[in-house]
Amino acid sequence: MSEANDRHPMTGNRMSSDESGGMHGIEQHSYDVVVIGAGGAGLRAAIAAHDAGARTAIVCKSLLGKAHTVMAEGGIAAAMGNRWPEDNWEVHFRDTMRGGKMLNNWRMAQLHAQEAPERVMELEDWGALFDRTEDGLISQRDFGGHKYARLAHVGDRTGLEMIRTLQQRAVQLGIDVFMECTVTDLMKDDGKISGAFGYWRETGRFVMFEAPSVILATGGIGKSFKVTSNSWEYTGDGHALAMRAGASLINMEFVQFHPTGMVWPPSVKGLLVTESVRGDGGILKNSDGKRFMFDYIPDFFKAETADTEEEADRWYDDKKNNRRPPELLPRDEVARAINSEIKAGRGTPHGGIFLDIASRRSPEFIRKRLPSMYHQFKELADVDITAEPMEIGPTCHYVMGGVEVDADTQESAVTGLYAVGECSGGMHGSNRLGGNSLGDLLVFGKRAGEAATAYTSSLGDNRPRVDEADVTAAQQSALAPFEVEGGENPYTIQSDLQQSMNDLVGIIRTASELEQSLSEIEAFKVRAASMKVEGHRQYNPGWHLALDLRNMLIVSEAIAKAALARQESRGGHTRDDFPGPNAEWGTKNLVVNLTADGTGVDLTEKPLPVMPDELKKYFDAPPAATKEAGN
Amino acid sequence: MGYDLKMRVWRGDQSGGELGDYTVEVSEGEVVLDALHRVQATQAGDLAIRWNCKAGKCGSCSAEINGKPRLLCMTRLSDFEESETITVTPMRTFPVIRDLVTDVSYNYEKAKELPYFEPPPRDSDGKRRMAQIDVERGQEFRKCIECFLCQNTCHVVRDHEDNKPAFAGPRFFLRYAELDMHPLDTHDRRELAQGAAGLGMCNITKCCTEVCPEGIKITDNAIIPMKERVADKKFDPLVWLGSKIGIRNKDNDGRTEV
Repeated sequence: MSEANDRHPMTGNRMSSDESGGMHGIEQHSYDVVVIGAGGAGLRAAIAAHDAGARTAIVCKSLLGKAHTVMAEGGIAAAMGNRWPEDNWEVHFRDTMRGGKMLNNWRMAQLHAQEAPERVMELEDWGALFDRTEDGLISQRDFGGHKYARLAHVGDRTGLEMIRTLQQRAVQLGIDVFMECTVTDLMKDDGKISGAFGYWRETGRFVMFEAPSVILATGGIGKSFKVTSNSWEYTGDGHALAMRAGASLINMEFVQFHPTGMVWPPSVKGLLVTESVRGDGGILKNSDGKRFMFDYIPDFFKAETADTEEEADRWYDDKKNNRRPPELLPRDEVARAINSEIKAGRGTPHGGIFLDIASRRSPEFIRKRLPSMYHQFKELADVDITAEPMEIGPTCHYVMGGVEVDADTQESAVTGLYAVGECSGGMHGSNRLGGNSLGDLLVFGKRAGEAATAYTSSLGDNRPRVDEADVTAAQQSALAPFEVEGGENPYTIQSDLQQSMNDLVGIIRTASELEQSLSEIEAFKVRAASMKVEGHRQYNPGWHLALDLRNMLIVSEAIAKAALARQESRGGHTRDDFPGPNAEWGTKNLVVNLTADGTGVDLTEKPLPVMPDELKKYFDAPPAATKEAGN
Repeated sequence: MGYDLKMRVWRGDQSGGELGDYTVEVSEGEVVLDALHRVQATQAGDLAIRWNCKAGKCGSCSAEINGKPRLLCMTRLSDFEESETITVTPMRTFPVIRDLVTDVSYNYEKAKELPYFEPPPRDSDGKRRMAQIDVERGQEFRKCIECFLCQNTCHVVRDHEDNKPAFAGPRFFLRYAELDMHPLDTHDRRELAQGAAGLGMCNITKCCTEVCPEGIKITDNAIIPMKERVADKKFDPLVWLGSKIGIRNKDNDGRTEV
């Protein structure tokens, strides 16, 4: 292995000045743990691995501190009991399972509820400045599906606070960060992970990381859809890397459409409008001025949802004697309701629904609690949200599905390969509650970092090795788009894929459209096989997209195929032709694997892990822990 | 509604480059980044642009639009006449990598030099207590999205490359001020701010404040108060006398100097 002399200007890491020497002349690094992705999950995992003694590297597609976690607005769900002493992990666990329509991996939901409070406190130890209660404790706000006000927050920019805190901690600890570096292949030796192969976006040069443990923390898949709140990075890289390495995905049919994305102007269509608007008193109205959510309360949540506007409005101040407003039902319910109103012709001029907080709270309150939303609407839509309602509609926001992992360690079916955060599956079942994502990143990031370090340590000097032939293959595969003569440009294929997924695998699905989508994806795959990029390897977005597009296609296929197979409606998966939940489908996950020839995906059914009796009791009669109680 | 926008976009790399002319169809409500993406998708597939969220939250797409440091995603086309040619160039203070993408590693190197937060132990019940009003000063600074437009526009480094080693820049003065105003922090970083970070080189022309897309009052709320705190320590005659004759210097508010 050759250590070259140049140091990368951004990271200070060594890199090769030319392509001679070493394994194929490629820049090489050796670490105990390599984390792919530098959002909340990746940073937390890297910090945990470092703290456990591992030589750790973070490899990320963007600059440090720019990952999609910065977009998170509302807060981190954690039963700290700062506002409601009655709150505890058991209530949070129950809310999470019910929000996911009981399809969650119960153990992950339990660990998450139990460990989230300490993970939030840790952020404060590292310098995070959360909003406070009157007593000076970390403030907690209301969100959909959470029984108590439970989200630790900083105005409506909690994700920025979280990523900056973790970023500053990682820098303080001296963890190596490889920025604007994209991993395209994982390496294996005798079934075990041996490393990760990628390229520097800046130079287009290749880089090889030898490591027995790789933690995927690459986020979601939203860029496969046209209307999405997700950034360009969300191309399902971790999902695809895991499948190609032999791991499985679960729950891929469950895609969360956030009820409130901007609908106008077109350039920002899909941009997120935080659920905090509703948590802080905002209501949904159709073009007739009707507060329509009262017409959409499902039986499953009837007992805990207000059925009059008066009761709903009283709830904000008196949770003891009133039930929650229907605007704060879980996201899947609200998104479907909005979709129905728009379809029934009761939408706004720009094809959305009105979200009104202007008539309900003072301008000072709105600017204080929702500064980013105020700024966003003012700057991008010329709308003053303290004076007029917002126009909003559903937007692709989050994928519940991801790499199937062990609940306690986040290890996948492939030894040495871990997945955390959005690219892992199971924790959120069929629908994620708002605020549970940021908690998920922290809780399982830490667990994965520790488990990966323990595994690497257990190997001693007996580490899996990288096979040179695999490196050659990875190089050839990455450079293939430059070899094509006369093919299509990747931007066109991406744009057509996004439109197709939006139209055929969106919020409401039917068998015929899903079948059509699968045949369209096959056609996209053919087109992608002959796509071509112009220019050279240095900071070439066309090339980057061409490589990302492969991941988007295989992940899109996984979603469409699983959605076609699951013949029921549950959480983030709604079938027009199978409108209700089905008890038998409620007992199993759909598992997705790459086909033997690697060109498509196969599905298998797998029973859900069985919840132990001591946890089942929370879902029988209303248990003591969830009785309405005062403050 | 839609019209043909004329753009001039800098194309090139470290070895040099030039403005390229593009005409691209745009529509109502679009921002400069939309127009550039359309150029990329239809005319110049390899046009290098750094961007992520397209919502003004990540601070990736910093560049200069008609010479002004702006975020590409937050600059609306409606701010310009339809007939106006919009010129987009990379940030000038940082070395160009390619087209609109610059090497901003200066900022990441400076971040490594920063002292970190050092809290006291938690309260006996395992929690920490701070008043909302006390955290709000630091929260203003933590709104920073690290777009580095303030660093780009600051003439201390924009016009004087040789100042870079000795000058951390406005973004990191924010960080010093944030830590200094943190209700729980136990360190005194005034010497560091003045010495290692080069706070004294700032002559408060407020250019940084003007370009901040988050509207952070960098000069008034962070830099000037930090300068005052440094001045209190260094130049207040009573403090000076007190430390000379051995009376305990109480102006550090119980914080440990680092």
